[in-house]
Amino acid sequence: MNASNDAFVEFDRVQKSYDGETLVVKDLNLGIGKGEFLTMLGPSGSGKTTCLMMLAGFETATHGDIRLDGRPINSVPPHKRGIGMVFQNYALFPHMTVAENLAFPLQVRKMGKDEIETRVKRALDMVQMGDFGGRRPAQLSGGQQQRVAVARALVFDPELVLMDEPLGALDKQLREQMQFEIKHIHEQLGVTVVYVTHDQSEALTMSDRIAVFNDGRIQQLAPPPDLYERPENSFVAQFIGENNTLDATIAERDGEFVKVEFVDGSTGQALAVNCGGPGEKTRLSLRPERVTFAQPGEWGVAGKVKELIYLGDHIRVRMQVLGNNDFVVKVPNASRHATLSVGETASLSWVAEDCRALDAA
Amino acid sequence: MSLKLKMMMAGAGIAGAAVAGAAYAADELPACEGCADSMTVVSWGGAYQNSQQKAYSEPYAEMTGVEFVWDESSNEAVAKLRAMAEAGNITWDLVDVVASDAMRLCDEGLAEEIDFDSALAEAPDGTVATEDFGEMIVSDCFVPQIAYSTTFGYRTDVAEWNGETPDDICDVFDLEAFPGKRALEKRPINNMEWALLCSGVAKEDIYDTLETEEGQAQAFAKLDEIKDSVVWWSAGAETPQLLADGEIVMGSTYNGRLFALIEEQKQPVAMMWDAQVYDLDGWIVPAGLPEDRKARVMHFLKFATDTQRLADQAKYISYGPARQSSAPLVGQHAELGIDMAPHMPTNPENATNTFLYNYEWWADYRDDLDAKFQAWLLR
Amino acid sequence: MAEATANGDIAPDEHRSASGQLLAADGTPLKKSIRRSEARARLRAFLLVAPLLIFVLLSFIAPIADMLFRSVENEIVADTLPRTVEALDAWDPQTGPPPEPVYRAFYDDMLEATELKIHTRLGSRLNYEESGMSSLFRKTNERRLERFDLDQPLQPQFVDLDKDWGEVEPWAVIKTFAPRYTWGYFLQAADMRLTPGGVEMAPEFEQIYLKLFWRTILLSCTITLSCLLLGYPVAWLLSNLPARSANLLMILVLLPFWTSLLVRTSAWKVLLQEQGVINDILVYIGIVSDAGRLVMINNQTGTIIAMTHILLPFMVLPLYSVMKTIPPSYLRAAKSLGATDWTAFWRVYFPQSVPGIGAGAILVFILAIGYYITPELVGGTDGTFISNRIAFHISTSLNWGLAAALGSLLLILVLGLYWLYDRIVGIDNVKLG
Repeated sequence: MNASNDAFVEFDRVQKSYDGETLVVKDLNLGIGKGEFLTMLGPSGSGKTTCLMMLAGFETATHGDIRLDGRPINSVPPHKRGIGMVFQNYALFPHMTVAENLAFPLQVRKMGKDEIETRVKRALDMVQMGDFGGRRPAQLSGGQQQRVAVARALVFDPELVLMDEPLGALDKQLREQMQFEIKHIHEQLGVTVVYVTHDQSEALTMSDRIAVFNDGRIQQLAPPPDLYERPENSFVAQFIGENNTLDATIAERDGEFVKVEFVDGSTGQALAVNCGGPGEKTRLSLRPERVTFAQPGEWGVAGKVKELIYLGDHIRVRMQVLGNNDFVVKVPNASRHATLSVGETASLSWVAEDCRALDAA
Repeated sequence: MSLKLKMMMAGAGIAGAAVAGAAYAADELPACEGCADSMTVVSWGGAYQNSQQKAYSEPYAEMTGVEFVWDESSNEAVAKLRAMAEAGNITWDLVDVVASDAMRLCDEGLAEEIDFDSALAEAPDGTVATEDFGEMIVSDCFVPQIAYSTTFGYRTDVAEWNGETPDDICDVFDLEAFPGKRALEKRPINNMEWALLCSGVAKEDIYDTLETEEGQAQAFAKLDEIKDSVVWWSAGAETPQLLADGEIVMGSTYNGRLFALIEEQKQPVAMMWDAQVYDLDGWIVPAGLPEDRKARVMHFLKFATDTQRLADQAKYISYGPARQSSAPLVGQHAELGIDMAPHMPTNPENATNTFLYNYEWWADYRDDLDAKFQAWLLR
Repeated sequence: MAEATANGDIAPDEHRSASGQLLAADGTPLKKSIRRSEARARLRAFLLVAPLLIFVLLSFIAPIADMLFRSVENEIVADTLPRTVEALDAWDPQTGPPPEPVYRAFYDDMLEATELKIHTRLGSRLNYEESGMSSLFRKTNERRLERFDLDQPLQPQFVDLDKDWGEVEPWAVIKTFAPRYTWGYFLQAADMRLTPGGVEMAPEFEQIYLKLFWRTILLSCTITLSCLLLGYPVAWLLSNLPARSANLLMILVLLPFWTSLLVRTSAWKVLLQEQGVINDILVYIGIVSDAGRLVMINNQTGTIIAMTHILLPFMVLPLYSVMKTIPPSYLRAAKSLGATDWTAFWRVYFPQSVPGIGAGAILVFILAIGYYITPELVGGTDGTFISNRIAFHISTSLNWGLAAALGSLLLILVLGLYWLYDRIVGIDNVKLG
């Protein structure tokens, strides 16, 4: 996870404090490869936007270095960093037309008139907004403004584009479409993108890698499947996707696995990922879709059905398991399954590899 | 006119020790039948209004219980009275104005004509009011109260003057002997006369000269000589303040203001009485008052302008009483305890060279010359 | 019901009158009923705005109408001297003094006027046009007119009373200003004169009002500009500070509103005069010599400084309210796109603050153009405004007609500038908050 030497963007032991008392970013080390789509994901106040602002140059790091293509940029003013940026509310200049908005970064770079015209047209065509050059931002829909904002951030060919929750203001359908378009543009141009969002599905869909932020630190940096399948701590497990937790005590270690003792004294096996030695507390993480109903004679824990939610392709079953009242099991809606009813007791089972023993948090 | 006035007013200087005037006993003041029991009096505010309250209204209120409301609007009294008359609602009962304003109000029909002998008290020796006031009566509507003068004060600590002090009106125009800024009033009246006087026009020819375009040009040319060194004032309080701050080395203002500056505030300032211009201040009664209010005003007016009351006012401010018979009664300042007579504009030592404001002439030429004066200021 | 409107042959029902009109539930025709209910709504709306309407009519429209009327009204001459005016109609000033019938008519008019004591008022009025008329009319009083021998020609007796009655001028003035309505005041307000021979420009050395109008506009522009230069950064700071510090700063900005005019002005005098605080400091640190103290008051500088101070809040408040709505992300976006701080400000932030500038500038300019107390106190001779002359004519010279004409010109001027502003900037582009 440490910054590698060949990274395009590099955070090296970066700290940030606004008031001199609390750190909003604590000892951040992050390397972003050229052409990568990296998403900073985390709840609000986790420090992800601050990181983005430091990279853009609107905030200065209290300590540590930020390097762009090997050069430290701490003392480079924002307008000399050559980084494109898409803002949460698009920040399209209301007094300029769409074309003027796009021409702005080219004009300040003192490009020729003809070249500006060509580039603006190309950028607008790229986001399918070719016919809208003469409009004012206020005359565009949210999605159209979004496209213009993306086009403006890209029109001067920056090697790095920052996006600060760019889809936050759009409705769900438009958001999904735009996710696809942005991803598409990224692949087409090969530009490096640092994307900030608090929407995990957005992060999972678009990113090459995701840095999960919490409490001023990166909790885990990994490609989306890893993040979902193999969370390294209970925050990530809980934050990404749906998750069941069970508190337990480690009884003994067994190679890659640990034997754990649950609150009711029963025992089970789990994959030792991020837990201590025997006698220490651990929190087990288990995805709902990995839980099955035990066959007779198989190992299992008892659970009581509290609620059934019919969702068409599957049924969501909320159960009380080992003191956890919100233990969710997704039961595929297949004909061979016996019907459950509320109040019924059933035996649940899973394979030890799917049950990850993490920090007790 | 001015000669007689001067002789008459000089009496104040001779008076010296005051004869304690007999105070009105309550039973001597005739009862006022069908009179309003409050009145609104308009004056100038400040030390002058204070002297009127001490000398006139407070004793009167004590004897009659009449309630006084004071309004400090005298400097815009003419316009306000005209507006009141147009609106048909006159809220003032007695208004203190300078003589020229009184003439205007009289011309406009806004002030009541006064029958002096019946409305005003006789002198203690039985002289009727018209004779006692004499030449001070300049308008049918105007009851004179005091004579004041517009004159110069100068700082006594100006190093550049090499120990010289200005004692001639033309020293005001002499920037070589007396360098420094001067304050003059922002209007043609007085300034034009002084300018002509110092450009060689004889005193008795001044107004005839000023009537002609050449005469006016001559006066402006004289004023041009000092224009760059002049601070123009429009409120009487400005010159004393400018003198005290050292902003100017000499300036014209009302002699009472200078008295306060010199004797009460002890500033290093002295009076230059040469070519002082006498003017009158007094009462007018607005035309068209209801009977009860008018009766009250006339009752008060008779009291407030009798010989003793006018002399009393001089205890508080260095302005000369308008009645001949009051002059011998002028005594000492009520608080400072100094003789007031040497500070009166009419004291023979002060009055060696004086002017009397020519009301008739200025009533005709004021608007015309004022426009020309303002245009000159703009140049 | 739709088919019932036209077809007369359908039998009338309870919703319809014999003539086929639609009826409301109470039997009145529907249209009438709608009209009635609408009339009620209209009446209610009218009653709701009536107090304000009456207030505006009485306190704003009526005085302005009165002012416009006064600026042309001139009934006093024809009312006081009706016969004289008629008799002068046939007289030509070129032919010398008027004939005997004019003196006869004048005698009759004056006899009535002196009895009513209104002849001096006419004298004051005509004195605005010709110096000397005031005393001429005052002299021509009841007592002296009664001594006239009516069996003898009157002209010599008038000349005997005052030789001016034998001259052409007084009669020419009466004749020129005989009409009940006159442009004379407006001409005077534009430095022109109405003479028997027609309209003339006033002599060069008497021209004053055009200069004053010009100066008023120039100084008001300067004041507006300096308010903008000083207020813009303050408003920017205000809109970017956290609420608590912004409130404190706002109180400082509003401070001029809370101190009395005289206190403020005295404070400026203490600061700015030649022996004042600023000059003392400058002399002390050696920037100016004791002999070369700066003159900062009783001139235009004084007026500009004092009025900028007083009017600054009127610039800051609209600017602030507009700037408050400009998100900081615009500046960030501009910088991220490669603009320097200055370019980002000039091309992105500034154009968006223009509505605030427009509102502030209009407010300050219109307030400045009508100010007169402050210029009177600190303006000396070259820092006074046209309003000072208006005030002078209202309160001192009592020439209300001229004051009204000057005021009307000022009103027209402001409306003209407002129109110009609308044409250039667009009045929609003004935001007060």
